[in-house]
Amino acid sequence: MDFMVFQYPMITVQACLDGILLGILFALIAYGMALQWGVMNIINIAQGDLVILGGYIAYFMYLYGIHPAWGVIVAPVIMYFLGVLIYKLVINKVVDRDLFISILATFGISILFMQLMNFAFGADVVLANSDYGTTMLFNNNVVLPNSKLFSAFISILFAICLVIYMKKSKLGRAIRATAQNARAAKILGVDTEKVYAATFGINAALCGVAGALISITFTIHPYMGLPYTIRSFMIVIVAGLGNLPGVAMSGMGLGVFEEFADYILGTEFRIGSVFLLLVLILVYRRFKLSRKREYLK
Amino acid sequence: MRLNKIILSFVSALVILFSTSVVSFAKVVGDKIILGAAISLTGKYSSNGVHTQNGYNMAVDRINSMGGVKVGGKTYKFDIIYYDDESNPKRAAQLAERLISQDGVEFMLGPYSSGLTKAIAPVTEKYGVPMVEANGASRSLFTKGYKYLFAVLAPANLYLDVAIDLAVEKNNGKPVTVAMAFEQDAFSQDVRLGVLDAIKRTGSKKVIDDKLPKELNDMAATLVKVKQMKPDVLVVSGHTKGALTAIRQIAEMKVDVPMLAMTHCDAAKLSKQHGKNSQYALCASQWHKTLTYKDNFFKDGMTYAADFEKEFGYDPPYQSAESSAALLVFKDAFERANSFDQKKVRDALAATNMQTFYGNIKFAPGGQNVDKPMVLFQVMCDDSGKCENKVVAPTKWASAKLIHPVPKWSER
Repeated sequence: MDFMVFQYPMITVQACLDGILLGILFALIAYGMALQWGVMNIINIAQGDLVILGGYIAYFMYLYGIHPAWGVIVAPVIMYFLGVLIYKLVINKVVDRDLFISILATFGISILFMQLMNFAFGADVVLANSDYGTTMLFNNNVVLPNSKLFSAFISILFAICLVIYMKKSKLGRAIRATAQNARAAKILGVDTEKVYAATFGINAALCGVAGALISITFTIHPYMGLPYTIRSFMIVIVAGLGNLPGVAMSGMGLGVFEEFADYILGTEFRIGSVFLLLVLILVYRRFKLSRKREYLK
Repeated sequence: MRLNKIILSFVSALVILFSTSVVSFAKVVGDKIILGAAISLTGKYSSNGVHTQNGYNMAVDRINSMGGVKVGGKTYKFDIIYYDDESNPKRAAQLAERLISQDGVEFMLGPYSSGLTKAIAPVTEKYGVPMVEANGASRSLFTKGYKYLFAVLAPANLYLDVAIDLAVEKNNGKPVTVAMAFEQDAFSQDVRLGVLDAIKRTGSKKVIDDKLPKELNDMAATLVKVKQMKPDVLVVSGHTKGALTAIRQIAEMKVDVPMLAMTHCDAAKLSKQHGKNSQYALCASQWHKTLTYKDNFFKDGMTYAADFEKEFGYDPPYQSAESSAALLVFKDAFERANSFDQKKVRDALAATNMQTFYGNIKFAPGGQNVDKPMVLFQVMCDDSGKCENKVVAPTKWASAKLIHPVPKWSER
C-alpha cells in the first residue's frame, strides 16, 4: 500500500485527470456494448478483440506513412462492414436464442480473432506514433499527453454524433423501437433483421474508433482484447442498458478508480482491481434485488 | 476365429517392428544427427520463436556445408525436427515427450522463453536427454540441479546489475537512488533480483519498486512517481511491451531521469518504432554484432549479421545469434565425446570451453554460461533522426562512450 497519491495534491490531480480521459475512452467501447446488448440481448465477448482490430487498422495506416489519426475515420468504416459480416455469418443464428448461447458464440469469435490477428500481424507489441506532444499544467506539475486529450475529444464527438443519429434518423428510431419491443416493431413494419445487422455494425464501428485511439495512446497486441471486454461489461452493468449519461459517468468513474488502484495497490493490481470491483457490484446488485423481492412479498 | 488371430498377431508384430525401428533409427539416421525442438511458431511468442528457429536453421546449414560433425571417423550432418508449441508450456512439455518417446530424439534444442524451457527441462531430465538451450535465462532454471540442461546465455539476474554499477561509477563511486518497474513473470523478476543484489552491494537505495501486470499498456502512475522522487536510475523490464510503453510515456510525460536502463529493446525495435524518443535508453543485451568474438563458422558478429540479413532479410536480434551458438556447442561436444552416447555427450557438454562469434561458452555446474558477460548498449541518434544501438559497457567491448546524464527533455 502506498498512499503517495494523497500526500501530493498534484499527483491526486494527475490521477484524476488521467482516469477521466481514460474513462471517456472506455465509455465509448461500453456504449457500443450497451447498444447491442439492449437491442439484440447479446453480450459480445469479442468486443475487446474488435477494438484491437481497429487499432491494427490505424497501425497499418501509420506504417504506410498516413497519420494514424485518420484511423478514426477509416477504422469505423471497415469495422462497420466487418460487423455486418459477422452478424450475417454467426450472430443472426444466435440472436433470438438463450443469452448463454450468444456468449459462447462470441467467445468463439473472440478466440478466432485473436489467433487470426496473431497469424496476420504477428505477436509483436506495436503502436502508432502521433507526435502530438504534451500539455503541461500547474507549473509543469501535471502532464497530459495530447494523444490522450485527442482520444477523449474524439470519443465524445462520436458519442454525441451517435446520440443525435439515434434520435433523428429513421434507422436510429427503428433501432430504439426494436430495443423496446422487437415483436411490436416487427408488426409495425420494422425490418428487425436489418436493424440487428446495423446495430452490430455500429458497435463494431465504435470499437474501431476506440481501437484507433488506443493504438495512438497506448500499445496494441493480438491478445490484449479481454481487459477491454471486461471493462465495458462492467460499465454497462453499473450504468444499465440505454442509459448514455450513466455509461459516461461510470466509464469515467472506472477510469479514476483504476488510476487510484494503480497508485495505491500498485500497477500489478490494476486489472485485478477491476475484476474485484465487478464481483462486488454484482454481489451488491443481487443483495439489493433480493431485498426488493422481500419487500414485494 | 483363426483368421482373426492371424490378423491380430500380424498387426501386433508390425506395430512392434515399427515402434522399435522408429526408436532405433531416430537419433542418427544414416549420416544425420537428428535434434528435436519445440518452438513457438504461433501464439504470443511467435515472433521470437521464429527468430530462434532462423538462428537454428542458419547454424545447421552452415555446419553442414562446412563439413558437418565428425564422430568416430565418420561425417554426420545435423537435422532438426520442429514442432509448434503454440507458446503454451503444457503443449511444450507434451511435445518434448513426443519428440523423445515417439520420434526417438536423443538430443534436444531449447524452446523460446524461460517459461517454456522450465516446462521442458523436467522431461529431458527424466529421459536423460541432453538439451542445449539458448532462450531461457531465468535463474530458477539453474538452481534445480538439472544435469542435462545447458544454456549458452547469461542468466537473467545479470541483465541489468551492470547498469547499477555503471550509475555508481558515474556518480563518483557514491551510492545512487533507483526506481524499479518489473513485470511479474519469472524472467523479469529474476532481473529484479539481480538489480536488488547490485543495489545492496553498492549501498544504493531503491525508492520505487513497482510490479507491472501482464496486460501492461499504461505505466503513467509509475512515471508520475518517478517525476516526484527524482531517482538517479530508472530500471524497467517487462518484455517488449514494457520497453515500448516506457519509452512512449516517458517521452509524452517528459520524465527526466539521468539513466534509463531496460531489457528487450532489441526485440522491441525501439529506435525503429520510437525514433528519437528512444535516444539515450540503455539496453541490456546478450549479444551485439559489433562484439569481436570469433569462431571458424560464422567468423565474427558483423559477418554473422550480414549473412543472416542476406538469408532472412532482417538484422539478427540476439535471440537468433544465441540460437545459432547452441548448434556450435552441440557440434563441439559431439566431436569431443566422439560418440552418440547420451551420457558421454552430456559430460562433453559440461566440459565445454570455447569461443563462438556469440561469446565465450563455459558452463557452471547449474548449466548456465558463466563465461560471457552481458553488454549494455545505448540508443544514439544522429541529427537526421537515424538511430543506432552502440555498445557502451563493459568498457572492454565498448564502441562508443556512454552519454550520462541523459539530457533533460527541455534541452532536447
